[in-house]
Amino acid sequence: MSWPGNGSSQPPRVVRMSEITLVEAINMALAYEMQADDNVIVLGEDVGINGGVFRATAGLLQRFGEERVIDTPLAEALISGMAIGMAAQGLRPVAEIQFMGFIYPTLDQLVSHASRLRNRTRGRLTCPMVLRAPFGGGIRAPEHHSESTEAMFAHIPGLRVVIPSSPTRAYGLILAAIRNSDPVVFLEPKRIYRLIKQEVTDNGEALPLDVCFVLRPGTDITLVSWGAMIHETVKAADTLDEQGVSAEVIDVATLKPLEMGTILESVQRTGRCVIVHEAALSGGWGAEIAAQLSEHALLHLLAPVQRVTGYDTVMPFLKLEGYYMPSVERIVNTVHTALKFS
Amino acid sequence: MSQQKSSATFQIQHTQFLNPSGEAIAGPLPSWAKDGEVLIPLYRNMVQTRTFDAKAINLQRTGKLGTYASPLGQEAIGVGVASAMIDEDVMLPTYREYSAQLWRGVTMTELLLYWGGDERGSDFAVPRQDFPMCVPIATHTSHAVGVAYAMKLRKQKRIAVCFLGDGATSKGDFYESINAAGVWQLPILFVVANNQWAISVPRSRQTAAQTLAQKGIAAGIKCEQVDGNDIIAVRHVAQQAINDARGGGGPHLIEALTYRLSDHTTADDASRYRDKQEVEAQWQYDPVPRLRNYLIGLEAWSDEQEQSLLAECSASVDAAVREYSDTAAVAPQAMFDHLYEELPDVMAWQRQLAAASGGADE
Repeated sequence: MSWPGNGSSQPPRVVRMSEITLVEAINMALAYEMQADDNVIVLGEDVGINGGVFRATAGLLQRFGEERVIDTPLAEALISGMAIGMAAQGLRPVAEIQFMGFIYPTLDQLVSHASRLRNRTRGRLTCPMVLRAPFGGGIRAPEHHSESTEAMFAHIPGLRVVIPSSPTRAYGLILAAIRNSDPVVFLEPKRIYRLIKQEVTDNGEALPLDVCFVLRPGTDITLVSWGAMIHETVKAADTLDEQGVSAEVIDVATLKPLEMGTILESVQRTGRCVIVHEAALSGGWGAEIAAQLSEHALLHLLAPVQRVTGYDTVMPFLKLEGYYMPSVERIVNTVHTALKFS
Repeated sequence: MSQQKSSATFQIQHTQFLNPSGEAIAGPLPSWAKDGEVLIPLYRNMVQTRTFDAKAINLQRTGKLGTYASPLGQEAIGVGVASAMIDEDVMLPTYREYSAQLWRGVTMTELLLYWGGDERGSDFAVPRQDFPMCVPIATHTSHAVGVAYAMKLRKQKRIAVCFLGDGATSKGDFYESINAAGVWQLPILFVVANNQWAISVPRSRQTAAQTLAQKGIAAGIKCEQVDGNDIIAVRHVAQQAINDARGGGGPHLIEALTYRLSDHTTADDASRYRDKQEVEAQWQYDPVPRLRNYLIGLEAWSDEQEQSLLAECSASVDAAVREYSDTAAVAPQAMFDHLYEELPDVMAWQRQLAAASGGADE
């Protein structure tokens, strides 16, 4: 096919650089990849004419047409299942679930099909799909709109679970997720959708999956987090810095498969680790990281691995959500507990 | 006074050509219905499926196969529909459509590997794009929607054919899928093989609806009923639906009425929940003798041909069983080989551990 405007078989590569938000970075990456690859399809509820309730797909319908930017009936299991069918036919569907609170009907499809289609057919059929969903609390949203249940997805063999924490990582990671040949659950921390702006170059360059990113180096303690909580974690590191404590901050980014090398290397140097996540404590992904630290770094540890997380409660409605979410203060206090241990 | 009018009316057509004795009771028959060259391959497939089935149950009873689901009694539906498809179409079966799968080129060895607990059984050598059997009920109906969407998007003249059972029509996945297929007018055929039993729950307890076909009405898609034990009728309505869907006419739903003559699976004992008399009475509708009698009536089939077919089918099944038994076992680490396109580095040690448990030193 030829592309409108330049008549060549290559998509136009007009490189844009602009200060944009995380949700705008998602939008820019989707547009880039839809232009570059005819097989990329966007589907979900209100993703078309409305451009998505968070505007992540704004403008895509106008640019790529309703056959490739599909407003689906209101049926989440269908959205995930049809993405599997499309992917098995060689398309690269990027399906949006409007909020994580509505993602659970897709669990059947993710566990029973998406994550195992390649395996059960010995590679004959594959499932290069992305399931996007905004998640997390702190935006004074209604009931069911604030949970963080990433660990449920990270537990499923055969899936990838990826969470960006900034506009640049959102751009690079969503491109990587779309180009990956296996299913990716891509969870977008909606509290920081518009919190910060970064300069993002629209050059189509993906970031690597399956690796952690060291956001700032440090020597006294390792702070591990992902998604929106990266921001509280970095602020805590700033506060600690003022107090003379050097904290290394690691953004896990790909929760599954979990690349522990970066975390282990750091903790072997610092001897202390605090894991920060919004999700409930028990069985959260922090538990997996802590378990692997105890398996592989026990003799390097100078203090027990600590976790600063949401409580093992139902996510409270908006009036109490501020008490549920890990705060900078809780992180700093927990770091001091770890530092004092030995 | 309020004004009342009818906002919608509907009727469900039921098609049958042959009576249980294999005599034509309605006409005109489709043009191919008197052509032995068309009919005999269908008959061979049904007999082959039934021969395979008997052997598979034996293999399970003697510990050479895992739990197995029998298609006994509903062989006409699979082959009736599959023979109306073209190779480029995509079939999404459940676990009782061996007649359809065999028609499309899945081998008996592959079926045995699958039920014998070997993933290679779903790596079909021939219908490469067909889906593997779907076990979680109705969850593949939305895959069919996605497959058909891809075909329509690419302006291909292909269709998706999705088989499901009566129980599946009670699930949300089914409603979501037929509804979406209607919205986008997709090239898709849903075949409900209504064998009257979802394990122990009879059709009467699945729904108060008069027919399962009429569920398509609510989705705005074309729907009808057929005698699923009358292969002439099944193939005829499937061919019409498939031609229409292929030509852009939108989705179809066919409810094919049949009866599960077997237990649900080899792990089931249907005598716990249904009367022996009911099952015995259903044997008179058996699709295999129905077609055989019809062929004999056409003078297109003889006793000699029957004997030679039975011998041939047994020999093919025996050959498949030998090939299945002779298939080299997979190494334990094979469970890692197709998990992802490339195994993540962090899983390498697990793969080594599994390999070591199988005696391999990797």
